[in-house]
Amino acid sequence: MTTPVIRDSTGFIVELEQFSGPLDLLLHLIREDEVDITDLPISKIADQFLAAIHDLGLDQAADYLEMAARLLRIKAQMLLPRRLGDDEWEDPRAELVRRLLEYQQIRELVSWLEAAAGARAERFGRGYAAPAPDAPEPPLVIELNDLLAAAERVAALIPEPMLHRVVPRPLDVEGATARIMALLEARTEFAWSDIVGTGSSVVDVLSAFISLLELARRGSLSLHQGEPFTPFVIRRESPREAA
Amino acid sequence: MSPLAKLLEAALFAASRPLSFEELASLDPDVGEQAVKDALAEIAAAYDGDVHGVELSEIADGWQFLTRREYAETLERAHVALRPRRLSPAALETLAIIAYRQPVGRLEVDEIRGVDSGAVIDKLLERGLIEVVTRGEGLGRPLLYGTTPPFLEILGIKDLGELPRLDELSVALRPPAPAEPA
Repeated sequence: MTTPVIRDSTGFIVELEQFSGPLDLLLHLIREDEVDITDLPISKIADQFLAAIHDLGLDQAADYLEMAARLLRIKAQMLLPRRLGDDEWEDPRAELVRRLLEYQQIRELVSWLEAAAGARAERFGRGYAAPAPDAPEPPLVIELNDLLAAAERVAALIPEPMLHRVVPRPLDVEGATARIMALLEARTEFAWSDIVGTGSSVVDVLSAFISLLELARRGSLSLHQGEPFTPFVIRRESPREAA
Repeated sequence: MSPLAKLLEAALFAASRPLSFEELASLDPDVGEQAVKDALAEIAAAYDGDVHGVELSEIADGWQFLTRREYAETLERAHVALRPRRLSPAALETLAIIAYRQPVGRLEVDEIRGVDSGAVIDKLLERGLIEVVTRGEGLGRPLLYGTTPPFLEILGIKDLGELPRLDELSVALRPPAPAEPA
């Protein structure tokens, strides 16, 4: 009567093959003892039931425990003294016996169904396909709001893209040329700092530098630098003939 | 065989499920009910006896060609067909209770079996062997279940009348007393 009972640490019974319930186990014990179901030796059966559920590791399953408690209560009620010929006395076993008989009837029908299904299973119809494997997990049920919230959480993980905006900053080479030409008119020699002040922007500096190079190329002026990294001097040149 | 019998034979051959009398009769609107019955009897007779490997079976309120039982093992071994999985004892108990007490609610099934039957009922619903037929009167208007044509099909019976009668069982019980309000 050993049966593999799979239990996890909480004592929860995952699967039970041999008995389909406490009534089934009780019927099994009654049949084993060959006792009259309508005149149950309740004390003996109760003890056997308790021992059986302990052996089978079922002593934490609610359905079996409930039956154990019921058996013990009936056992106690049977011990109460009663007067002879008391018509009022109701057999405490009556309800249990009724349920057992009812269950026995169901078991008998189960045997019939099992035989019928077994016979039918041996006759194949056309286009018989092997039974589908166990149904997959039911489709995910999700609320629209939950879905949107999940999408937001995922979107929040995406880093903000680094955008580099390229803007045109036109160099004012013409303006710088005009300023340099004005200086050349006034003086024959002047310094770089005369063209760009200390507060000049990068654009102003670049504009002035390009303008100087261009004017030097044209021969309007010459650039002189005494030593590396020293300020250079701008001198007026007389216009040359183009080569 | 008569032309109508041959037509019905073709339909029954092509179908992979039991065909109802109405479906078979609709194949030729010009013939009457009796002609269809006669034709079915003609086919059944043609396939009866030790002549063919298949036979015409009346099943789940319809007719279907099924292979003869004696070939089950050979066909299965050759992977031509496979026996469906057996139902668990819990499923059979639940089916028996629902078949005989229908329409019946979960609580009554639980009480007769002495264990919670919710999961088993869900499985049977999923397999289409039972269905919700109505709602009960009591508190919460519980769902009441009944059996379906596929239930008859897996048992190979024509209708519920082929189930054994309760008074034929060795354990005879009086019908359940009507539920009293608690």
